[in-house]
Amino acid sequence: MAGTALQRRLTWRVAEVVDLVDETPRVRSLVLSVPGWPGHLAGQHVDVRLTADDGYQTQRSYSIASAPAAGERLTLTVERLDDGEVSPYLAAELRAGDKLELRGPIGGYFVWDITIGGPLLLVAGGSGICPLMAMLRLRQATGSAVPTRLLYSSRSLEDVIYRDELDRLVATGTALDVRLTLTRDQPERWAGYHRRIDTDMLTEVAWAPNERPLIFVCGPTPLVESVAESLVNLGHEPTRIKTERFGPTGG
Amino acid sequence: MGFVSRAFKGRPRDQPRDARVPPGQYLVRDFPVLSAGPTPHTPLAEWSFSIDGEVDAEKHWTWEELRALPSETVTRDIHCVTKWSKLDTTWECVSVDTLLEGVETAADYVMAFCDGGYTTNLPLEDLTGGKAWIAYAFDGQPLESQHGGPARLLVPHLYFWKSAKWVRGLRLMNDDSPGFWETYGYHMYGDPWLEQRYSGD
Amino acid sequence: MEIQEQDVRLDGNAAAGLLQEVFVHEFSGARGACASCGAVGEMGAQHLYMAPLAPGAVLRCAACEGVLMVVVHAGGRFRLGFRGLVWLEMKDTAVTS
Repeated sequence: MAGTALQRRLTWRVAEVVDLVDETPRVRSLVLSVPGWPGHLAGQHVDVRLTADDGYQTQRSYSIASAPAAGERLTLTVERLDDGEVSPYLAAELRAGDKLELRGPIGGYFVWDITIGGPLLLVAGGSGICPLMAMLRLRQATGSAVPTRLLYSSRSLEDVIYRDELDRLVATGTALDVRLTLTRDQPERWAGYHRRIDTDMLTEVAWAPNERPLIFVCGPTPLVESVAESLVNLGHEPTRIKTERFGPTGG
Repeated sequence: MGFVSRAFKGRPRDQPRDARVPPGQYLVRDFPVLSAGPTPHTPLAEWSFSIDGEVDAEKHWTWEELRALPSETVTRDIHCVTKWSKLDTTWECVSVDTLLEGVETAADYVMAFCDGGYTTNLPLEDLTGGKAWIAYAFDGQPLESQHGGPARLLVPHLYFWKSAKWVRGLRLMNDDSPGFWETYGYHMYGDPWLEQRYSGD
Repeated sequence: MEIQEQDVRLDGNAAAGLLQEVFVHEFSGARGACASCGAVGEMGAQHLYMAPLAPGAVLRCAACEGVLMVVVHAGGRFRLGFRGLVWLEMKDTAVTS
């Protein structure tokens, strides 16, 4: 299946929205049924194209949040940006039964599968958790014991996407450690980090460079650049660090 | 009629039957930032503007010298090839006519060149006669680096990719030669009223 | 909204969809050598400036910011500029191991 997901010629397909899941007040997951879907690798994305009735078109890329699985379903998770053009439509207007044009799966660079191994360090900011969640869900589905650590930065606890599921993955999985940092608001008696990701935090969470972790960093461009630079300064090999910048709006 | 996304409106795009809006364009109120590369940051002490190439004598100005030249405030509509138009933009600028005073040349074309390596070509005729400026302030404020500051070329009668950001000079040429986007398929001239977006239009 | 200059940049991976319309083989894992500085790297890791934030896709070397490739998809055509790459190499994914 891995080979197929990389070599298929891309065409626009019509997907149908089969379910909507509100993850946080600003974030909604779309479960899509895509006839003819060839499968995907964890970390890949799709391009979504919207067309207004006067022919105006615009496109955005969204990471696939669901694990690779048999069948024709995939999940996208969209954060509604107040001044966004596309995200308010996807995260608030779309209904079950609506159709969506998409092409994919795309991207052979920011991908992980269990044969690649680890240890695995995943660093996410905001909706940057989405492609990393596909990796964590794959890990769970295959019973993989690859040592994995997730460091996830959010504004507040209610903004942590997949929060309950992450707790379950830690509780029921093997060798998975999840650390949150809440940068704007913390609940009373919060014992976790409460600042932006910095070198000290990465030193505490990441493996030592001589363990050669494979590192995936995803989120708004400023966070990704700062984390990648810090990791290189700590001695991690640049070729072991893969980044996915979401651009100015973070998604 | 192809696929249409139910109830998708897209960004607010007024499509008025307005004589000021060229074909295929929509109006915006913000000022979109488009870029082909990282934003340059040349310190003003190192900045200069040149007129060179097919000229009898090159001319150069430091930042202070440029700012000492007679300047004006102009208000114009601007039109980007990516289809947005913005009306009544106000700039403080030095006319290219002022910079070309005393320049002897038989050349008919110009390549504008910029920090970061961006270039764009124009006929000399489209830079003269009160049609083009070097702009250093927008909307009463010093031009932000993301919009081309400290100074950009301003040629509002052509698509805005010709109004080169971070401009550092004009090179006079005898023959027309494609700049950056023109090399990759954009139109050599770029008249928004004739919708000259791509070569062959 | 104020866009910080570094925010405009994406990873080369974000152009993979566009380039896969042109190339059959997967692009973002492809490797290339920069004609400006000689650095070799995966295309997905390079710096990308792309529509809707640019009139086309400009892929720049992460080491020196030199232009590697330009792709303009407009007017019913794809035009690609490769001057900035000495070579570009893609895995033949049709080959079974």
